[in-house]
Amino acid sequence: MIANVPVPKDIPLSFPVDAVLLQGLLVVLFLAHILFVNFMVGGSILTLFAEIAGRKNKDLDRLAERIAATITVNKSLAVVLGVGPLLCINVLYTIHFYSANALTGNLWISIVPLVIVAFLLSYLHKYTWHRMENAKGWHIAIGSAATLLFLFVPLIFLTNINLMLFPGQWPEVKGFWSALFLPNVWPRYAHFIIACVAVTALFLLVYMTRKAYPVETTFENLDRAALRKGFYWVAFGATLVQFILGPLVFFTLPARGLTVAMVIVFCLGIALAIAAMITMGIELKSNRDRVGRLILPVIALIMTTGFCMGYGRHLYREGALAEHRFQIQSTSEDFARASAMLSKTAKLNLPEVPLGQQVFDNYCSACHDLESTISAPNLYEIAKLYAGNPQGIVKWTKSPEKKRTDLYPQGMPPQVLPEDQLIAVAEYMIETGNKAP
Amino acid sequence: MDFPLFHLDYAGNRMLIAFIAVVHVIVNHPMAVGAMPLVTLMEWWGWRRGDVRWDELARRILFACFIITTTVGALTGVGIWLSASLANPYAIGSLIRVFFWGWFTEWIIFCLEVGFILFYFLTWKTWSGKRKLMHIRIGLALSIFSWLTMAIIVAILGFMMDTGAWLENPSLIDGVLNPIYLPQLAFRTPFAMALAGLFALFLIFFFTKNNRKLRHRAVRFVSLWTLAWTPIYLLGAWWYWKSIPPNMIDNIPVALATQAFESWHTLVAWFIVFAVTVIVLVALWGVLTPKHLPRVALIVPMILCVILVGYFERVREFIRKPYVIEKYMYANGILVQDYPLLARDGVLQHASYTPVREITEENKIEAGRAMFVIACTRCHTVEGLNGVVDKLSSRFGNEPWPHEAVKNFLAKMHNSLTFMPPVPGTEKELDALTAYMLMLQTKPEHLRGAQDIGVDVPVDAAQDSTKPKEEQNVWQAMIAELQSP
Repeated sequence: MIANVPVPKDIPLSFPVDAVLLQGLLVVLFLAHILFVNFMVGGSILTLFAEIAGRKNKDLDRLAERIAATITVNKSLAVVLGVGPLLCINVLYTIHFYSANALTGNLWISIVPLVIVAFLLSYLHKYTWHRMENAKGWHIAIGSAATLLFLFVPLIFLTNINLMLFPGQWPEVKGFWSALFLPNVWPRYAHFIIACVAVTALFLLVYMTRKAYPVETTFENLDRAALRKGFYWVAFGATLVQFILGPLVFFTLPARGLTVAMVIVFCLGIALAIAAMITMGIELKSNRDRVGRLILPVIALIMTTGFCMGYGRHLYREGALAEHRFQIQSTSEDFARASAMLSKTAKLNLPEVPLGQQVFDNYCSACHDLESTISAPNLYEIAKLYAGNPQGIVKWTKSPEKKRTDLYPQGMPPQVLPEDQLIAVAEYMIETGNKAP
Repeated sequence: MDFPLFHLDYAGNRMLIAFIAVVHVIVNHPMAVGAMPLVTLMEWWGWRRGDVRWDELARRILFACFIITTTVGALTGVGIWLSASLANPYAIGSLIRVFFWGWFTEWIIFCLEVGFILFYFLTWKTWSGKRKLMHIRIGLALSIFSWLTMAIIVAILGFMMDTGAWLENPSLIDGVLNPIYLPQLAFRTPFAMALAGLFALFLIFFFTKNNRKLRHRAVRFVSLWTLAWTPIYLLGAWWYWKSIPPNMIDNIPVALATQAFESWHTLVAWFIVFAVTVIVLVALWGVLTPKHLPRVALIVPMILCVILVGYFERVREFIRKPYVIEKYMYANGILVQDYPLLARDGVLQHASYTPVREITEENKIEAGRAMFVIACTRCHTVEGLNGVVDKLSSRFGNEPWPHEAVKNFLAKMHNSLTFMPPVPGTEKELDALTAYMLMLQTKPEHLRGAQDIGVDVPVDAAQDSTKPKEEQNVWQAMIAELQSP
């Protein structure tokens, strides 16, 4: 047990769907979303590198331009596909997710303007490629700004998803920047960014060297084989780095969420990644005219690796939250039971006072007092004004006017009450006010 | 009570949602719902007449809409949700559980809409010649899906606003059958079309600088479009205006809300009259003398419409107070059902995040602040928008406020000020809250939310009283395992 873990109560409404189905939906939809996020982030990193290198090599500049053209499409799909998993996570992890959101609220809400700016910059970058040919430095600056934003936004999401797993840390966190330095955030972030590069390289390999793509008219020297080898090198290199980052992510995970199932799924993922590396190695060593024939197996292997990692992550999340969830459930149930019992009996305790006084206490006494005239006229004054005229009070109460706004700028709100209560309270007010000294 | 609470002390949390939501409506009504059919029609017109320049003009209008809706439009849509979950996690968390499938359906349509707009825009130049007709059909499909996203979201929102029905019969069909849904849609749809016409007029001026002839033809075309929709949205507006009072006033038990409603209702009327007059004038001008249409005529009515739309939504929101979900949850996020228990035990006893549980003379202000955060900050700030210092000053003046009077007011205000939820908790907690408010009169403080200062977890929640143990990571756990005999 860890000290100081808050145990909040859950929202007392049942899930709209079976939890297991919802978890399945979450894993699948999230992977679809993250695939396009990969293309968007990886695409903007590769564009930037290629454009900088392209200052001395025309083909690389062309390549950069062509990659940039894919980002703006992929980013739209990344956003729209993010909504589905977000819905699932809102239902499945209501307490944990919203708590993390609130604790990092300033940055969490700035996702909206940051992403808008990033998207506008990437449109600007894409559509000014030729117009800014003579101001290449500035053009690269626009691309860099977009890339930096694309690199930063995932960090906000990742910090949230990480913080949500560790309720014991919630009392320690003072804003986004402190949550950013919780264990596991940075290795996981590096792992994600490198994955973006690897996955995007494979996407571009398929997209830009397919038959219908005008490779010959686009580039001066680059041909299909050269593009394929190049993209394979990027994917191979990035995947190689993952063999260092992956274990780093694993060993810095808080041990609490570890389960056997999760370790098995991760190991399966590693085995598949090794198989993908070997296949890519074969492709890299093969002849120029044969490279690319194994692309389908490579993609299948990498996709299944991604699925294993995503599913393993989900198992870790469930493991890490299991105990806390159990505590939440029992606290919530205790509270709901006590609340339900009391709200049934509470209705029976009506006070035994005359009707007029009851109404006055409930409806009028918030502002009107026997003596004080601070917030509204007192009862002495009212009794004098309406001596022998309770109907006058009734009429006023139903539709008060704005008089003496210098004294009482708030005015009186009209009240809808049954006629008998209005008469009772009017008589009570006159009677009580008449007892003036 | 159960969430760390995000709080913006000057602008207020609601302003955040309102700002994002109004931007979203203003962008998406004309540029998504209205512009897609207009652009498709323009494309078809150009294709029939074999007019390449006209086709290019339509493509450029689409380009502008594409850029804005896929950035500002899309992100503010998600932003409404993100901001609502910061401002009132209880409400949005509950609503998502109830309306999950509604949102899910909306999401599927939304995905298709994005797919269609990407496809439509990216194939404009390549799908020429024989494939042009197919391309126009894609535009038609896009128009339908753009409209569907609006139609479904209005149903979901309308249902959420609808009084009380959802707990008894939580089905989306009731949302669609909600008596003001169809009239509302009958007004919104043609109105969005007309707004798109205004927006397109504005763009045409930018895109036809070097071609006066094309400009005049396009201005006349778009003005005719706007005029053509006018009788339809007039009819829709009349229906909407007629169907609001009987269906809604019945559900408003409170005179004050009725008063607010009636002024709102009058506002709706004026809004419609105003919008129609402006649109008709501009459109007529465009049809009759397209040469002389000044650019100011295009931007000013747009801005005025924006302001009115914002106010319109705000007042509509007011009507459902003090609840955020009718008769189930108050605007502070506390369930109606939990009030008796909280009155017996105290809010701070059940709160997950509070610096104190037991109130003493010494910690009274601190406890009052915790009460304020839990019970008031979803709507109120200290000194900013809807600030409590202002509210109490206008009621109790600028002399030092009397403790008993303020306390009595806080205890009873919900009876007479019917848009206010009751203050939850015990008498002692009310006393602490009063003490905190009295302190605010002399020393107004900038209240910071969980996003800045984090949360306090009361000591008793600690399962053991020792200092928090450092959590072991996998590596450390392995080493420890290996070292143990």
